[in-house]
Amino acid sequence: MRIELLYFASLADKLGCDRESLDWQGGTVADLKALLSTRGADTWAPLINANSTRCAINQQLAQDDSEIPSGAEVAFFPPVTGG
Amino acid sequence: MHVVVQEARIDPVAMTAQCHASAEPGQSGAFVTFAGTVRDFQGAAERNFVLSHYPGMTERVLERIAQSAESRWPLDSLTLVHRVGAMSVGECIVFIAVASPHRAAAFAACEFLIDTLKTEAPFWKKEGDEWVDANEADAMRSTRWLTDTP
Repeated sequence: MRIELLYFASLADKLGCDRESLDWQGGTVADLKALLSTRGADTWAPLINANSTRCAINQQLAQDDSEIPSGAEVAFFPPVTGG
Repeated sequence: MHVVVQEARIDPVAMTAQCHASAEPGQSGAFVTFAGTVRDFQGAAERNFVLSHYPGMTERVLERIAQSAESRWPLDSLTLVHRVGAMSVGECIVFIAVASPHRAAAFAACEFLIDTLKTEAPFWKKEGDEWVDANEADAMRSTRWLTDTP
């Protein structure tokens, strides 16, 4: 199954990516982070795993143990600065 | 409840007049408004400010926060308009207006709305080439609205 990944703001700039489609075998946010971390111990790993990095599944905030369903839109972003 | 995310400029004076004009005469004893504007941090009047956001999630989060305010306080009306895209120093970023029978609820609801959106709504500010960092003070401020009820 596939999932859609979105990256925003400074996180997208640092990763050099703002969206991608990924083959997904099922699992949690933690599993996805582990997968993305394999892209680079100095780049993807620290940024994706940072305490400050937030994750949303289908536009709702998610935790590391949240399941990612098939076809989901998963977003990673830094702390928000609106208002 | 009127919650909007828009690129167009916000005129807080016109919006305030509109809120008063559309109110049922005599219903609300109190109207409270808030306008957040782009500050000039370092004499950078010509600098670009851009507010990016997560289309879809932004509206959902703002609506959820507004619904939360409506269930916590007796509000006759609630308006929340947040701008996105490029803007200049002095321009309005966000406008909030609430009306309630009495002032305690109106003040509290308005403050709750701005404190909460600042830590939960997916917007990100960029000044020139730099992304603005989220600040500890905003995070602390929003925690005072937490209750035991979900």
